[in-house]
Amino acid sequence: MHNRITIVENILSANDRIAAENNSLLDKEKVFSLNIMASPGAGKTSLIEHTIKLLSPEFRIAVIDGDIATSFDADRAAAAGASAVQINTGGDCHLDAVMIQNALQNIDLKDTDLLIVENVGNLICPASFQLGTHKNILIASIPEGDDKPYKYPSMYRGIQALVLNKMDLLPYITFDLARFYKGVEILNPGIITFPTSCHTKEGLEPWIEWIRQQLIKHYGSKC
Amino acid sequence: MHELSVTENILKIALRHANENNAKIINDIYLVIGDLSSIVDDAVEFYWNIVAENTIAKDARLHFKRIQAILQCQECLAEYQLSQKELSCPKCGSDQVRIVSGDEFYLEAIEIDR
Repeated sequence: MHNRITIVENILSANDRIAAENNSLLDKEKVFSLNIMASPGAGKTSLIEHTIKLLSPEFRIAVIDGDIATSFDADRAAAAGASAVQINTGGDCHLDAVMIQNALQNIDLKDTDLLIVENVGNLICPASFQLGTHKNILIASIPEGDDKPYKYPSMYRGIQALVLNKMDLLPYITFDLARFYKGVEILNPGIITFPTSCHTKEGLEPWIEWIRQQLIKHYGSKC
Repeated sequence: MHELSVTENILKIALRHANENNAKIINDIYLVIGDLSSIVDDAVEFYWNIVAENTIAKDARLHFKRIQAILQCQECLAEYQLSQKELSCPKCGSDQVRIVSGDEFYLEAIEIDR
């Protein structure tokens, strides 16, 4: 006998469940966490390096680094002064909540104030997979072009802060800032934006100050 | 792309519900997928033949209901399809717009034999 069973269940609900568990664990241990997403070469590792250097005198920082292969990025984070855990996704195009759950077991959360997750360089897949971090951050960059909000709306909608990196290249590249910001504003009204250059270090201070405020807002002083 | 893990999730959800309903076989699987979820139907079909092997879902037909990404202007209420060139309202030019569909990504139903 034929029977139709109505289900209506989100295909990624299993991931969302684990993400919620990660979030509870991070809350319990009073660790504020960022999921840093970007296309390859936008400056994720450089921005994370600078962030570690500027914040590590005040806060204990851990980094989870997602990469297809290699541990170059985790090595750079460790050299900058964070404790770093590498996840090699073995070709997978994004991190998911289970990978983070496993990686969290290798981090001393009691000895961590800020957790930075460096996602795999990709503007499509990471947008679909929540990790359980407190804020999703996108690093866009000038050489990528001003059309990216229009081409990757899901990524631009799912973030709580946007960094526009490599601002020092603006004089050399055709990039319409107004068109870029218009797309961002339509997709994600009122989102906070940080124009930066990891090369000249311009604009880094407001970004650092924002993280500092978020840390204080979430947990006050943990130490 | 991540169709493999997506296909595994689809199978898991379908098998769990089939099991709860004492199914002997799953004949059909109905998926609802919005255009913003960037999943390729053919890739899911391809992986299905691999992941569903040796399960009661191995011969199930996959049905994809595609939902277009639609924007709605919050000022003049015009509805229009998302394009990669322009997001503003094509009728009144407003930037006060909202995406009203296209995010869907769920398993709607299965058909089983008991």
